[in-house]
Amino acid sequence: MALSREQMAQRVAREMQDGFYVNLGIGIPTLVANYIPEGMEVMLQSENGLLGMGPFPTEETIDADMINAGKQTVTARIGASIFSSAESFAMIRGGHVDLTVLGAFEVDVQGNIASWMIPGKLVKGMGGAMDLVAGADNIIVIMTHASKDGESKLLSQCSLPLTGAGCIKRVLTDLAYLEIENGAFVLKERAPGVSVEEIVAKTAGKLIIPDHVPEMQFADQ
Amino acid sequence: MAGFDKRVSSYEEALAGLEDGMTVIAGGFGLCGIPENLINEIKRKGTRDLTVVSNNCGVDGFGLGVLLTDRQISKVVASYVGENKLFEEQLLKGEIEVILTPQGTLAEKMRAGGAGIPAFFTATGVGTPVADGKEVREFHGRKYLMEESITGDFAIVKGWKADHFGNVIYRHTAQNFNPLAATAGKITVVEVEEIVEPGELEPSQIHTPGIYVDRIICGTFEKRIEQRTVRK
Repeated sequence: MALSREQMAQRVAREMQDGFYVNLGIGIPTLVANYIPEGMEVMLQSENGLLGMGPFPTEETIDADMINAGKQTVTARIGASIFSSAESFAMIRGGHVDLTVLGAFEVDVQGNIASWMIPGKLVKGMGGAMDLVAGADNIIVIMTHASKDGESKLLSQCSLPLTGAGCIKRVLTDLAYLEIENGAFVLKERAPGVSVEEIVAKTAGKLIIPDHVPEMQFADQ
Repeated sequence: MAGFDKRVSSYEEALAGLEDGMTVIAGGFGLCGIPENLINEIKRKGTRDLTVVSNNCGVDGFGLGVLLTDRQISKVVASYVGENKLFEEQLLKGEIEVILTPQGTLAEKMRAGGAGIPAFFTATGVGTPVADGKEVREFHGRKYLMEESITGDFAIVKGWKADHFGNVIYRHTAQNFNPLAATAGKITVVEVEEIVEPGELEPSQIHTPGIYVDRIICGTFEKRIEQRTVRK
C-alpha cells in the first residue's frame, strides 16, 4: 500500500533531532509537526518571520497578526521570536536551519527540483522555496512518486522550470524513501507492501537497488 | 509645528505626490500587516501605471487586489501571486507584467535598496529561470547570482504603534516586509493603529527608526484573515 499523507509525515518526522530548527513547507510537510517524537524539542521556522511556531489557536485566541507562511492563523510557543522577512531569510540563506521539508512537482537524478510553475497552466510563484533549497544542506522533499496518470515524477531530468539545481539529496514519496547519489536515485526503504518492481516501474530516472531494501515500519500497521 | 512631527491628518495628504508611473513598495505578507487604507487611497486617487513591489498582490477585492480591478498596476514584483483570480487572468492575458522574485531575494532587495547597496550576490535561483540574464560569479567554489536592489518613489507600510517622530513598532508577524519597505521609499508613509505620546516607545524596542519615515497616519483596520485555522 502506498503511504497515506499522515504516514509520509510520520516517516519524515523520524529525521528530526532534539534541538533542531526546522522549516516545514506548505501541504504534507506541515503535517510533520504532528509527529515530532515525544520528549524531543524542535523549533519550527515559518519564513514570514516566526521562529518557534506553536499549534493553531482556539477561536478565542485567534489573531489576524499571527500567521504562518501558509497564511494560516497560528500561535507562538514559549521561546519563540518574531522578526522581519530579511532576518528570516538571513537564517535560511545563511544555513542556520537544520532541516527543511518541502513538496515538489518533480525531482531528478542530478538533485534538481521543480516546484513552482507549470508553464501555460499554473503560475503561483516560488515564494520562499528557492531560498530554502539554496540555503539548506539538509533537505527532504515529500511528494507522490507518480502523477495520477502514473507518470513518474522522479526523472532523469526535470521537465519543468527549476526551483533549485543540484540541491536535493533525499526524497520521500508515497512508495519509497530514496537518496540521490552520483547521478542516480538509491532505493533505501519501501512503503509497507509495495514491491521493488512497482517502484522500478514508476521511477523514470536511473535507480539503484541495493540487495536489501527494508520496508518502513509504522506503529499503526 | 515641530520639525520632527510627521503626522498627517488625512489619507489624501499621506499620499500627496504619488503620480502615475511611480514605483510603490508595500509591506505585508498575504493579507497580514498590509497598509490597507493607503492601498484604498491609491484606488480612490486613481493613480495608474504603477509598479508595485510586494511579496503578494492581495486577494480579489481586498489589499492590493483592489488596484487590479481598474487596472492601476502595470507591473508587479512579487514572490507569490496565487489566491488572486483577477491577477492570474491579467497575467495570462499579458495585461500585467510580473517579475516573480524569490521571497528572500525580494526581502534583501528592499533591505539593500534602503541601505544604499546597489546589488548583492545570492545562491538563490542559480540554475533556474530567475538567473536568466543575470551575472553569475563564483565565490569559495559556489555559484552566486547578482541581484540588484530595489527602491521606490513611495513605500507604504503598516505599523502597530508609532510616535510623531516616526518611530514604529510592529505587532507579531504583521512585521514581515514592513520594516524593509520602510527603508526603501523616497517617501515612506506609515499607517498605524495607534499614535502614542513621545517617550512612550522604548528606544531599544523600536523596529523602524523615525529617520526612515516621512509621514505617519493613524487608521482603523479590517485585518482580514486569509486562512482561518483553529485547533481541533
